[in-house]
Amino acid sequence: MLTLFTKSSEKSDLLLLALFAIVVFAMPIWLAPFGAAYPDLMQRFAIFGIFATGFNILFGLTGYLSFGHAAFLGVGSYTAVWTFKLLGMNPIPAIISAVVVAGLFALVIGFISLRRSGIYFSILTLAFAQMCYNLAYSVLTPITNGETGLRVLQDDIRLFDAPTVGEGAPLISHIGGIEMQGMPGFYFCAVLLIVMVGVAMRIFRSPFGMMLKAVKTNQTRLNYTGVNTRPYTLAAFVISGMYAGLAGSLMCVIDPLAGAERMQWTASGEVVLMTILGGVGTIIGPIIGAALIKYFENIFSAFNDQTLDGIFSFLPEPLKEGVVNVTSLFVGDGWNLSLGILFVLIVVFLPGGVTEGLNRTGKFILRRFGIGRDPENEEKTSPAPGE
Amino acid sequence: MDAILLQVLNGLDKGAAYALIALGLTLIFGTLGVVNFAHGALFMLGAFCAVTINKVLSLQKVVLSQTETTAWGTPLEIRTPFAQEWFGDFGLTIIDYSVPLSILLAIPFMLIVGVVMERGLIRYFYKRPHAEQILVTFGLAIVLQEIIKAFFGANPIQQNAPELLQGAIDFGAMFGDPGALVYPLWRMVYLGFSVVVILSVFAFLQFTTFGMVVRAGMADRETVGLLGIDIDRRFTIVFGIAAVVAGTAGVMYTPILPPDYHMGMEFLVLSFVVVVVGGMGSLGGAVSAGFLLGILQSFASMTEIRDLLAKVGIVGLDQIIIYLIAIVILLVRPRGLMGRKGVME
Repeated sequence: MLTLFTKSSEKSDLLLLALFAIVVFAMPIWLAPFGAAYPDLMQRFAIFGIFATGFNILFGLTGYLSFGHAAFLGVGSYTAVWTFKLLGMNPIPAIISAVVVAGLFALVIGFISLRRSGIYFSILTLAFAQMCYNLAYSVLTPITNGETGLRVLQDDIRLFDAPTVGEGAPLISHIGGIEMQGMPGFYFCAVLLIVMVGVAMRIFRSPFGMMLKAVKTNQTRLNYTGVNTRPYTLAAFVISGMYAGLAGSLMCVIDPLAGAERMQWTASGEVVLMTILGGVGTIIGPIIGAALIKYFENIFSAFNDQTLDGIFSFLPEPLKEGVVNVTSLFVGDGWNLSLGILFVLIVVFLPGGVTEGLNRTGKFILRRFGIGRDPENEEKTSPAPGE
Repeated sequence: MDAILLQVLNGLDKGAAYALIALGLTLIFGTLGVVNFAHGALFMLGAFCAVTINKVLSLQKVVLSQTETTAWGTPLEIRTPFAQEWFGDFGLTIIDYSVPLSILLAIPFMLIVGVVMERGLIRYFYKRPHAEQILVTFGLAIVLQEIIKAFFGANPIQQNAPELLQGAIDFGAMFGDPGALVYPLWRMVYLGFSVVVILSVFAFLQFTTFGMVVRAGMADRETVGLLGIDIDRRFTIVFGIAAVVAGTAGVMYTPILPPDYHMGMEFLVLSFVVVVVGGMGSLGGAVSAGFLLGILQSFASMTEIRDLLAKVGIVGLDQIIIYLIAIVILLVRPRGLMGRKGVME
């Protein structure tokens, strides 16, 4: 079972994807005991899962750390809302146009940023994202509606559905009469998540993916062998920008509203954290990371002093007060503090993320009970001399 | 002409802040080879040193008045700061000068913060990939920000410059044309302060033995180590100095911009651009690019130029000019204006 997640072959891919699909579709059932089985949260799991999967195609495969991926998320959102405004509330054209436009943006930004690598690349993408944010927030107000945020209005053109929908009908995106909210909205996102994960798997396995991994491992050597790596990295950048655009458009399918804050550097940092937390360069890791962060954000930021009082009510009174005061720093408004600490701890102690942690414990257990012992594996896990 | 001079001045004081942060960034980068995403947070910490000092100095003693009453009939509360009670008028002066005085706290405090940061966390990352260095300092920046937010709240806290320095200088009057060029006095102080700091950092590196060793270490760390010099310890101190530069820049900036917990990150992004434009690892490049970009930004926000650009159909150039310039520079001169060969490539 474990090897299925760690060492994947062509054969196990389909099986894994099918398994993943079952797990995703069954989310309303198995998430219920965790109190997370409501559509709003599960939609976010799926959307950020797509976002992080796309980010991982760039960062996990090529090692290029983009600090401005939220820009594509925002571009996708704005494009989706504009498509709603012009063409009507069907999500399909909105998604397609958002992916295309985000891809074009990624092409331009990637073309320039990829001229440098390493730290320069991170800083350049950060600068681009900040520029996009400034543009959306103030400069391009006629297009983006500035800080108010862009929304669909009753008197927009909506070429295809304005005549059919009566005056005052709610502005919710829908396919064939099914409104994309609640559970249908979740299933819509879930289907796309599974499709996108399938695509990502194909990319990971393809010669193209192998080339990207080679870029991460030793770019200089590739250059010396006479391979021009630029087209490969640029393609990876554009693909991952398109994933982000898709995620951004899905946000608008669920709730037709786009704001500039989606493009801020905090949002870019969040997707990096999701990928790191889950496990860079693995298929399933970023999705686990996205789900974990969104889940805990949801749970922890809802905490306040009253709920904490309830939780620690078993403690004696003076002790309880102290404990509540200390913990309240980390939950509710202070959720970002826990996030930051988590970020540092993960990078310091577990750069491979949750998947690496699971792997390690899995191997430990296997070795402990002497099952599946093979010398090759053992050699890898034992620390190299001098470390 | 006046308008142009005014914009140059405007640009210089904003550029001074960029230059100070970028100087520290590139100092850390040139010595330790680490990109410090937490540098903006150090700027912010410095600013909150000023807030803390101000809060401590204006702690008040509350006495209920025996004779006077308020409009509601309750005894009037007489509030006197402890500083005034103990030192009289001199105490009031101290409170008035809380911002410049905060530097006295900020220097040792930031030095300690810098050294602890380097010894406690960042030194473990020298041999790890750049991506992880960026991530760990980024996480640290979030932690520092949130700690400040937990203590001081999310709202900006207004700090005042000393009363003596609150006014404006009328440069026009000096040249026989009063009112033509008026500029806030504190911003001139800030400009002067940053020039002093920049010059002293340069002098320190150029004219002291310590600075010489550090420069040698920047050029070839291994050889300096082989000569039997403990270069790591010196680089730690350089990290502390960079933290002090950022911190004092933050202290002095508080009267210009009321500090809040995320001010650092806004400056950090721009300072990165400044470092990249100036050339990674080049101190002179960082400083000159800081001033240059500051001036360009303030020119782009001039009304005349904005009107002119609006006629051609370009709006809001002032918001994005810095990024545009950075992109152009990187395309034309990939190493930045004064970048050295072989740094971070």
